[in-house]
Amino acid sequence: MQGKWDIYRRLLGYLKPHWREVTVAYVAMLIATVLSLLVPQLVKRAIDSGLSTGNARALMMTGGLILLVAIARGLVSLAHRFYGDWLTFRVSYDLRGDFYISLQSLPFAFHDRAKIGDLMSRVTSDIGETERFIGSGLMSLVATILLLVGVVIAMFLEDFWLTLWTLAPLIALVWVALRFGGIVRPLFRKIQDQMGILSSVMQESLTGIGVVKAFAREPHELEKFDRESDIWFDMRYQSIKVWAHYWPLFNFILAIAIFLLLWFGGPSALSGQITVGTLFAMISYSLMLNAPVSQLGFLVNMATSADASASRVFEIIDTPNEVVEPVDAIALEKPRGEVRFENVSFAYQEGRSILREVNFVAEPDQVVALIGPTGSGKSTITNLIPRFYDPSEGRILVDGIDIRQLQLKSLRSQIGIVLQEPFLFNATIAENIAYGRPEAPLSEIIAAAKAASAHDFIEATAKGYETMVGERGVTLSGGQKQRLAIARALLYNPRILILDDSTSSVDTETEHLIQAALAILMKGRTTFVIAQRLVTLKSADLILVLDHGRIVERGTHDELLARSGLYHTIYDLQLKDQEDFLALQRGKIDEEHVHKAMEMATSMAPEKIIER
Amino acid sequence: MAIQSKSLQIERPEGDSGFDWLFSRRASAEEQERLAREEKIRDLLPDEEDNNVGRPYDSQLLGRLVTYLKPYRSDTIVAVVLMAIASLLSIAGPWLIGVAIDRGIRAGSLSQLRQWSAIFIIAALAEWLTNRYRISLMAYVGTKVVTDMRSELFRHLHKLSLNFHNNYSVGRLMSRLIGDVGTLQDFVTWSITGWTRSLFVIVGIVVAMFALNWVLALVTLAVLPLMILLTNYWRVRVRSAYRDTRTRLSLINGYLNESISGIRVTQSFTREARNFRHFDDLNRSYFDANVVATWLTAIFFPGVDFIGSLATALVVGVGGWLVLGDSLTAGTLVAFVLYVDRFFDPIREIAQRYNTLQATMAGCERIFHLLDIQPDLLDTPHAGTLPPITGRVDFEDVSFFYKPDAPVLHHVTLHAEPGDRIALVGETGAGKSTIIRLLTRFFEVTEGSIKVDGYDLRDVTMASLRSQLGIVLQDTFLFSGTLADNIRYGRLDATDEAIIEAATAVGAHDFISKLPAGYQTVVQEHGANLSVGQRQIISFARALLADPRILILDEATSSVDTTTEKIIEQALDRLMEGRTSFVIAHRLSTIVNATKIVVLDHGQIVEMGSHAELLAQKGRYYNLYTMQWAPQAEPE
Ligand SMILES: Nc1ncnc2c1ncn2[C@@H]1O[C@H](COP(=O)(O)OP(=O)(O)OP(=O)(O)O)[C@@H](O)[C@H]1O
Ligand SMILES: Nc1ncnc2c1ncn2[C@@H]1O[C@H](COP(=O)(O)OP(=O)(O)OP(=O)(O)O)[C@@H](O)[C@H]1O
Ligand SMILES: [Mg+2]
Repeated sequence: MQGKWDIYRRLLGYLKPHWREVTVAYVAMLIATVLSLLVPQLVKRAIDSGLSTGNARALMMTGGLILLVAIARGLVSLAHRFYGDWLTFRVSYDLRGDFYISLQSLPFAFHDRAKIGDLMSRVTSDIGETERFIGSGLMSLVATILLLVGVVIAMFLEDFWLTLWTLAPLIALVWVALRFGGIVRPLFRKIQDQMGILSSVMQESLTGIGVVKAFAREPHELEKFDRESDIWFDMRYQSIKVWAHYWPLFNFILAIAIFLLLWFGGPSALSGQITVGTLFAMISYSLMLNAPVSQLGFLVNMATSADASASRVFEIIDTPNEVVEPVDAIALEKPRGEVRFENVSFAYQEGRSILREVNFVAEPDQVVALIGPTGSGKSTITNLIPRFYDPSEGRILVDGIDIRQLQLKSLRSQIGIVLQEPFLFNATIAENIAYGRPEAPLSEIIAAAKAASAHDFIEATAKGYETMVGERGVTLSGGQKQRLAIARALLYNPRILILDDSTSSVDTETEHLIQAALAILMKGRTTFVIAQRLVTLKSADLILVLDHGRIVERGTHDELLARSGLYHTIYDLQLKDQEDFLALQRGKIDEEHVHKAMEMATSMAPEKIIER
Repeated sequence: MAIQSKSLQIERPEGDSGFDWLFSRRASAEEQERLAREEKIRDLLPDEEDNNVGRPYDSQLLGRLVTYLKPYRSDTIVAVVLMAIASLLSIAGPWLIGVAIDRGIRAGSLSQLRQWSAIFIIAALAEWLTNRYRISLMAYVGTKVVTDMRSELFRHLHKLSLNFHNNYSVGRLMSRLIGDVGTLQDFVTWSITGWTRSLFVIVGIVVAMFALNWVLALVTLAVLPLMILLTNYWRVRVRSAYRDTRTRLSLINGYLNESISGIRVTQSFTREARNFRHFDDLNRSYFDANVVATWLTAIFFPGVDFIGSLATALVVGVGGWLVLGDSLTAGTLVAFVLYVDRFFDPIREIAQRYNTLQATMAGCERIFHLLDIQPDLLDTPHAGTLPPITGRVDFEDVSFFYKPDAPVLHHVTLHAEPGDRIALVGETGAGKSTIIRLLTRFFEVTEGSIKVDGYDLRDVTMASLRSQLGIVLQDTFLFSGTLADNIRYGRLDATDEAIIEAATAVGAHDFISKLPAGYQTVVQEHGANLSVGQRQIISFARALLADPRILILDEATSSVDTTTEKIIEQALDRLMEGRTSFVIAHRLSTIVNATKIVVLDHGQIVEMGSHAELLAQKGRYYNLYTMQWAPQAEPE
């Protein structure tokens, strides 16, 4: 287990780079406190002397002096406030940045498990709780503690024995504060965790709003929401009862201190052991603590909730990243594009192996097709090549180098992948296509769009390439999204191209155009294709037939057909449908189409973009 | 901690400090950077409709906020009364001490001392208890208000149409639901009773001041207009500053949300560094906006203090003059000066609360703005419940557009008899999914009408319509929960047997039963731990389980292997006997058996008929069909 104060120590680390602001803020705070303690004294003395001399000018001077001090006080308290809050927001800026960086570098496995809503609540709610404390909250806490210590010292100087009476309550005060912190800390952690759950429910329901509406399940979603929201409320209410109990208690403890002074100090004053003035001074000192102590509960609350929240933020920042490159990682430059799987086994979760002893070699420039039933592990194989996951056994080599030895960026920048589910960002069409190469000129973007046979529909939109596609590309049809995803991968100009079921939502006509264009663009690249349609497979150099994570057959189309294995069965299923087609006149493709496709593809022949 | 991979290590802006504005030379470089940053995000801001809202007055906003307290009126009143009592007790404290010293020690009476000390501690105890009760009441109310408002907002969002959701990112909605709503908590919990106390104290002190010396009291109050001026000047600015911070925060959260959803693409294209730069711009701009807001509040409070000191100075001046003229004793003057000082304490507090209020209002504005968006697709007032249907569907001359300048469907007329299987084919973007979105009433037809069993869709409630439809959307979406839960989404009261039956029908039972936890396997958000094909068949099972009269399949099997697809097809023939279905598919094998194939082109129906009829026509469909089986076009 981590030490109790580790989180605070770490948070203080965030203040360190800003030590100058910290210094200014704290010094200003000290001066401001001292000034506000001194001013009444000054004023009183000034009035006394002014009045005793009966001098009108002296009075004016006093007035002026008050204003002067006020200006000085204003300036320091300005610095104190400004820098206090400045630190608040600066730390939250830094925290948010760190959070983002680690989110982005965490591997797929993390994101498979994570819930966006929960991550969102960490950023919104937890960073908010943390920032509130680390800037101005901490300053007030320090001020309160300093004042407490200062007053106790002053009291000791005034009268040692009397102070001892007040010491017990003051120690109790500190003890209660710590105890209070100890009680609410776990409560806060639970509340924030519950907030994460509640956010996930909200996030999920809003993301899947289409399905919710399609099944008229709004009531069900609201019920889920209410359930979590009620739990959150209950937890919060429980903590409320705790703080409602403790906060005013601090002032009561202080009152006890004063009471003890009166009760036990009073008789001494009566008997003349101490002067009434001394007793009066002691009580005034205690009263001075009233305001800060009434803040104490609030501050302790803030500190503990910051502790709970910050630990949730650090949890993400500290998540170990299993996909890391070694210190002496090799940069992959101008690879030939040979991909080799050696005895690769893989499991997403321990105990449920997905790939078993996969072995194959994709020679440079080959087209490798993966086929097999749903869930047989096709996408999984392609996910291993860019090292989105690490195999649990065996190794994967690109150009003969284990990819775990390579710099991640250099590896991934050689691989263009069209994921099975096209994801588009809420940006313009051009920005989406150029996602991997933001600096690409428009001409290349257009060439890529043409190759993916997307140019025509893009031109047909009102703003062309500048059209915003909406969140996740909602304003586009499924096939349009897929074609943009293809264009995006093509523009990336990778040495290794992975097409995961990338034309499943594209109509046959368009698919044909894309196929023709790809046939040209695949030249000079090692390509992995996953497709359910057999036509795509015919031209592959190597077909891997997967079943339950094993390669059960391999070879070219003709070789595989010659055997009567799984491939043959799959082929047969489609063959049956072909029968009535065969009755039609064979091979009549629209000449015009093929011609058009060729034209598109050659407009961005690989040589043209390779030398960028 | 693991070593951060080198390629992902990203330059963070370093070395900038809070003093930059002090040194104009550096500051100007900083300033230039800031302007460049603002320029970059400028485009993003107008999207934030909230910025362009007419700005309602505080009183209106506040009034609306207060309505949220209504259910807790009695709690609030009790809390306010308790606050008043607690304030009295807290004022009484020092006074009791004074009495104890005067009557006890000064007068030399130990019993009086004991008596008054006891009274003092009893008062303190009473104060503790009242405060304890008050705080728990108000914190309760505050948390309730937050929960209520979040719930209202969440419910409201569910009433809004898909069109709204398409245009409003989830990230920004989440920012409202978590962040903006959260700002209310402190406000309700502390401010209301806080105002009470401050006002109470102010009134008390003003009375005391007038009792002491009305001339000096007037002198003190003379600075109040200055105070009002300052506040007014400040209010407008600080509100817009807070508004800026909230819009920027919402941008950050929106971007973050999208970054997480798209992380797989980002990592594939190694865009991390660039995305971070963009994020940093947003983050930085939020920080800058906060610094502005901070600066405004930071100068406001010394301003208040200064006015307070001005009052003191005036009192000293005028009072001293009076003392010299012998119309005032020096003692009274000293007492008065002390009062002036205490007078400005609650005023300072009010100023502080005012600041919270401004921040809260900036959040509320945005929440209310969302709440004010009228659902554009509602059940009409006269809408009735759609009785159990047989499944007749008529599209009568339907035209539609998402945006006025881009019509999507043109005069579509289409009839389906109960039991028909209607296949929609056509190029991507032809409008197939759109037809389905109209039939499910996700969107409203622009022209023409759609009837189900003779009922115009606009005349029936959406819930009663959709509960008789089974829909597989093109973008599959699964919820986190178990596999069984996900299938059960189609019919919440379905038995386990029914679930297994549905899963078997779509060929999912095999793979599910091989999973260690079977149907209890937990599906991660969006179904991340399933293959895409598996997700599709699960959502297919979900739709089947709904026992729909009309089944709608938008590329429900595009990623499913042919073997499984065959299984599904056979099951469908059996299960959909006598029911209507609409099928969109690009794999033509899926549709050859359809009763009616509808070929769409650019939003128009160009051909319609059975497979055989259309083939015989040798038109569009014939081309599509031959294309699929034609050998790959070999270049060269
Ligand atoms: N929410 C929307 N807002 C604006 N335009 C949209 C929206 N949804 C779709 N469109 C546009 O409407 C047209 C028809 O889209 P639709 O989704 O109906 O096509 P589709 O025929 O289903 O295509 P696919 O086969 O690719 O799924 C497309 O041009 C698309 O860009
Ligand atoms: N992120 C994940 N976490 C856990 N299990 C996973 C994950 N992704 C996939 N799986 C499981 O691994 C198996 C293989 O999945 P994969 O996505 O590779 O299948 P696939 O062959 O691509 O199927 P499809 O044709 O449906 O796309 C499936 O059983 C799936 O449930
Ligand atoms: Mg897959």
